[in-house]
Amino acid sequence: MQRIGVFVCWCGSNIAAAVDIETVVQAMKSEPGVVYSTDYQYMCSEAGQGKLKDAVKEHGLTGIVICACSPRMHEATFRNAAKAAGVNPYMVEIANIREQCSWIHRDRAEATAKAVVLSRTAVAKVNLNTPLTPGTSDVVKRALVIGGGIAGLQSALDIAEAGYQVDIVEKQPTIGGKMAQLDKTFPTLDCAACILTPKMVDAAQHENIRIYTYSEVEQVSGFVGNFSVRIRGKARSVKADICSGCGLCMEKCPSKKAKDEFNMGLNNRRAIYIPFAQAIPNVPVIDREQCIKFKTGKCGLCARVCPADAVDFEQQDSIIEERYGAVVLATGFHTLSLEHYDEYQYARQPDVITSLELERIMNAAGPTGGKLLRPSNGKAPKSVVFVQCVGSRDTTGCGKTYCSKICCMYTAKHAMLIREKYPEVDVSVFYIDVRTPGKNFDEFYRRAVEDYGVRYIKGMVGKVVPEKGRLLVRGSDLLDDSQVALEADLVVLASAVEADASAKGLATLLTASIDTNNFYTEAHPKLKPVESPTAGVYLSGVCQGPKDIPETVAQASAAAVKVVGLLSKDKLLSNPCIARADELLCSGCSNCEHVCPYGAVSYIEQELRIHGRNQIRRIAKVNEAICQGCGACTVVCTSGAMDLRGFSNSQIMAEVDALCR
Amino acid sequence: MSVDKQPFKPLIAAFCCNWCSYAGADLAGTSRLAYPAEVKIIRVPCSCRVNPLFVLRAFQRGADGVIIAGCHPGDCHYTTGNYYARRRMTLLFSMLDYLGIEKERTKLDWISAAEGVKFATVMNDFSKEIHALGRNTRFGDLRCTTAVAQ
Repeated sequence: MQRIGVFVCWCGSNIAAAVDIETVVQAMKSEPGVVYSTDYQYMCSEAGQGKLKDAVKEHGLTGIVICACSPRMHEATFRNAAKAAGVNPYMVEIANIREQCSWIHRDRAEATAKAVVLSRTAVAKVNLNTPLTPGTSDVVKRALVIGGGIAGLQSALDIAEAGYQVDIVEKQPTIGGKMAQLDKTFPTLDCAACILTPKMVDAAQHENIRIYTYSEVEQVSGFVGNFSVRIRGKARSVKADICSGCGLCMEKCPSKKAKDEFNMGLNNRRAIYIPFAQAIPNVPVIDREQCIKFKTGKCGLCARVCPADAVDFEQQDSIIEERYGAVVLATGFHTLSLEHYDEYQYARQPDVITSLELERIMNAAGPTGGKLLRPSNGKAPKSVVFVQCVGSRDTTGCGKTYCSKICCMYTAKHAMLIREKYPEVDVSVFYIDVRTPGKNFDEFYRRAVEDYGVRYIKGMVGKVVPEKGRLLVRGSDLLDDSQVALEADLVVLASAVEADASAKGLATLLTASIDTNNFYTEAHPKLKPVESPTAGVYLSGVCQGPKDIPETVAQASAAAVKVVGLLSKDKLLSNPCIARADELLCSGCSNCEHVCPYGAVSYIEQELRIHGRNQIRRIAKVNEAICQGCGACTVVCTSGAMDLRGFSNSQIMAEVDALCR
Repeated sequence: MSVDKQPFKPLIAAFCCNWCSYAGADLAGTSRLAYPAEVKIIRVPCSCRVNPLFVLRAFQRGADGVIIAGCHPGDCHYTTGNYYARRRMTLLFSMLDYLGIEKERTKLDWISAAEGVKFATVMNDFSKEIHALGRNTRFGDLRCTTAVAQ
């Protein structure tokens, strides 16, 4: 029989306000196995944990029930406290009477009754708990970073600097990500390329970093400390090891009609191309859909002019298989497609552009050489109108309900840059709210208004109408309570930030969870902001939620620290709540072997003593290093031999009984 | 004919997987989204850990409804667990139906860690259905439940 201690936490007023603590404490005293029942304001505090340790000593407790917040919050805390008190950590169970009781039920009597039921359910379980000891597993001292933008680069550089091997997988032909497309960055107005490209070079030259560009993660198996990953390197059709990057092939390529993705489709590129001048690796790639050789079989000019003989039309995708201890997700974002926003005429009017397109137009290496020109006729605009929150904070269902966070600041930046370079151009901004929380951010926005004379209009734009070669922007001015119509030569839409399309697939591969907007979910919104709920998978940058460059870099470094902390360990403690087959009950049917997603169950021939005679039996054997403890095998076991430690059949049955009593 | 003097307070057991639905329930709590107190959660590592016997046991002990919630198909933390759960429960539910026990007393749903709102909605809806069905009298074993014996 266990000697169980029950500790009911008030959580300040979080639990005590809705649940009558004393009733729970008293009710638990009559539960089987309970020898001690008490309460405390904050069980997780040092004093609360001290109370637990004292009670273990005083009452000789063998099992502990904490009635408090979710086990996802403090299970580890109380297990450690139990360990320190000399009780096996797996003899602790948590009754979740905060998230799943006091916070949702307003009726005090109802909430108290439910807290009693949840607590006695936990007591019933602890009565059947057995001490468990975690096994150990090895840590592969290599990290994988998925995404080669500023987030991925920063994480990779930090991990590499700490002395560990890192691989970066980037699906584009070059690393650099979205930041490489930016012209200037707020609030300092320093040039994005000037601060990004040295980092790209650092990563490329670092002895601990390998970069796989034009590659995608295809398959992942394994678990924290030991992930097996298959990476598909797409065929560039150019041999990267012998190409010198001279660019002759690009000059001669006769296929010139492909949209230049790097310049947001504002100009064309060749079929064989390097995305931008500072690309890493500086090796062209052939766009097989555009290449005449691939389409018709005739041409091959690039191969003929290549002095290094590097063009290889026969090149196949390469497959890389590697093992990693940790994975950093840094898949970034793209901007929302605006095809559903007819009112802004984005799809029909070339002079209605997105902010990222403006970023390329303003860039000296962009399609216009950095001159602000209208895409329709190449003439300088006299008036530019910015529209904020296009697809952000949108509850109509077309866009995203969240705030994209960066648009207010980059719009202020664009407005300021235009007014600085072209003081004769009128600049107006339609906004819902201007949100500038950040160091020197509000000062920056005020400069745009006060020093640069940018006209901010609080209101939404209803319609953009083409009129006599210009655009008429109709909107409302809420402060003035009036309708306004502004003539513009260029309309710039701040389109919403959206999780990259690859995020969902990778979430499935890595069993990392994503939210309804396809942003990765962090393990805890406040206390574990860079960990995913899946052990060994970390989050870096916008893939977790919209953020600007400083925040991205901060999170990237934070994720790197977590990875380094993991890789610095030689052994990891594994979850002891895993399956075990009772060899005397096992009938050797193989059901468990078939359902195990990890291949952790195998069959062995073993000599067993049954009814006083030695017999050779075929029985299931669980590989403890591989089993993850899902329990699929326990349900298919017809003889009841397979059970899951920590969630055994008898434990769950006892929970059901206590819950329904 | 006997008449219930007290209003019917059903008992609903919810098996929630640790990685998605249980976290979804926590999120419902953090977001203060109310659902009836009769819904009580048992945490399991994965929806595939739920043995049909657990469901039957709950009914036998007087539960009026049993719901099993797991990760969305394709998002299972253990890759395939929820597919097993889906097959097993489909079979179990149809068996209940065959035996003449309202299969509406059971439900299988997918609730992710980010779906606090969905968790509350599913529980509210399920509770309404159980209220409409009334007390589980066909399945409850009078010898082992106090609720039905009254």
